Amino acid sequence: MSTQPFNAPRSNPLNLQSKTMRFHIVRRSVTNYLVSGLAILATIIVLAPLAAILFYLVYKGASSLNLAFFTKIPAPVGQSGGGMANSIFGSGVILLLASLMGIPVGIAAGVYLAEFGRGRALANAVRFTADVLNGVPSIVMGIAIYSLVVMPQKHFSALAGGIALAIMMVPTVTRTTEEMLATVPHSVREAALGLGVPKWRTVLSVSLRTASPGIITGCMLAFARVAGETAPLLFTAFGNQFWSFKLNEPIAALPLQIFVYAISPYDEWHRLAWAGSLVLIGLIMISVTLVRIYANRGVLKGGS
Amino acid sequence: MGVGIQVENLNAWYGTTHTLQDINLHIPANHATALIGPSGCGKSTFVRCLNRMHETNPIARTTGVVRMGEVDIYKGASPVEIRRRVGMVFQRPNPFPTMSIYDNVVSGLKLNGFRNRRVLDETVERSLKQAALWDEVKDDLKKKSGASLSGGQQQRMCIARALAVDPEVLLMDEPASALDPVSTSKIEDLIFQLKSEYTIVIVTHNMQQAARVAENTGFFLNGKMIEFDSTHRIFTNPRDKRTEDYITGRFG
Repeated sequence: MSTQPFNAPRSNPLNLQSKTMRFHIVRRSVTNYLVSGLAILATIIVLAPLAAILFYLVYKGASSLNLAFFTKIPAPVGQSGGGMANSIFGSGVILLLASLMGIPVGIAAGVYLAEFGRGRALANAVRFTADVLNGVPSIVMGIAIYSLVVMPQKHFSALAGGIALAIMMVPTVTRTTEEMLATVPHSVREAALGLGVPKWRTVLSVSLRTASPGIITGCMLAFARVAGETAPLLFTAFGNQFWSFKLNEPIAALPLQIFVYAISPYDEWHRLAWAGSLVLIGLIMISVTLVRIYANRGVLKGGS
Repeated sequence: MGVGIQVENLNAWYGTTHTLQDINLHIPANHATALIGPSGCGKSTFVRCLNRMHETNPIARTTGVVRMGEVDIYKGASPVEIRRRVGMVFQRPNPFPTMSIYDNVVSGLKLNGFRNRRVLDETVERSLKQAALWDEVKDDLKKKSGASLSGGQQQRMCIARALAVDPEVLLMDEPASALDPVSTSKIEDLIFQLKSEYTIVIVTHNMQQAARVAENTGFFLNGKMIEFDSTHRIFTNPRDKRTEDYITGRFG
């Protein structure tokens, strides 16, 4: 027990009543507000362009949207009306092809990097290649696929467009898969191995499953990125003013059609280009949202 | 039923570090055997050699003979087979975060392709009852994620998961060190009941725990096994001075 009366003045440096201490408390709360304010400001600066783009697209394009836009093919020069039904369908076909080829290859490569190739020369080479591939300009990808696929086939095709976009998806999918698998705790893998589960099964049913939300996000990022690509499609899918249901024929695509309309001298086509841009963004947002909802179904209470 | 384990001249390395040196030991069937010793003495490495988990680390290496019953586990079987016969409970509860309680418990069966619903249902109930968790979770088996349980419940679920594949040996690497005293005493009661059916090897830092649950105790120090005897003998009248110093708290 102390013999001092408990209300006696003390020289405690942390005394909340002292002048210096009060100054520090005020200073810290001011700093807190200032930094929070800066963080909010930065968020607004990040979101502003997105909001502006969406707003401007709706402003310019919504008036040209009608049923014909989604059901008709482009009208010949000089006639009014027409739509982009074949381009929407064509974009869907090319993106489906690209996803079917690019996502499995990308995930498989990511699994190799994270689970089997740690520290091996081949893994380092794959990782380096993926990073370089990520930086290849998309027009170069178009020219490469032109000489590798289009030239031997002697005609443009939906398949060539799909391949070009698939190759562009691979590096993003690979690197996210690798990074997401690296976040799966080692103890979870050990739990499976300790139960006598073979390594391949552990990778498929435990590591990949635990990392799946992040991997799905990566796939969606890659998908959204290539969905708007125009350059790789110029010499591969080429574009088409009519319906095309064959994979080895030139096919229309939204970005290509937007490009053609936007550089034309006609006001009507300019308006259709705006409407096409709006639809493109809308479709990307809808497909990403649908995949998210689908992936989140069946997630259990309290899971991580 | 459990099976005895005979260890002869077992050596283990991590890279160039000689973690285990010439371990010789007989672990009797259907008994609990405790391994004590200061941190880094090789106890965990030792139990990880008994189900060949040690070699999942690419820089790890072992020599020597470990016989489980009649089988030389390093020569006569694949690691996958051995791990199905030797269950393991880890220091920290490690539930599969994406799986329900039900799926966690039968994961060893399901991940090996076993799909019979009736047998799975029975196994879940049997193993959760063995792990004294059934009454607490029986209403949320498929609704809740295994990761939503408390730490003590998670650890009992991990024990149930290990028991669900019907192992002969159960290795427990400090199973209660991350748990509160109530959960710890539940786990100890569990070990007490389980040892009539399984051979149990438990690593522990808690000497009272070793004294409470185990018939035999081994003392490890710097990668060597200093002494192995009945728990009573180790704690009352050890042969080796170093064992005595450790259990009386004079070092470590």
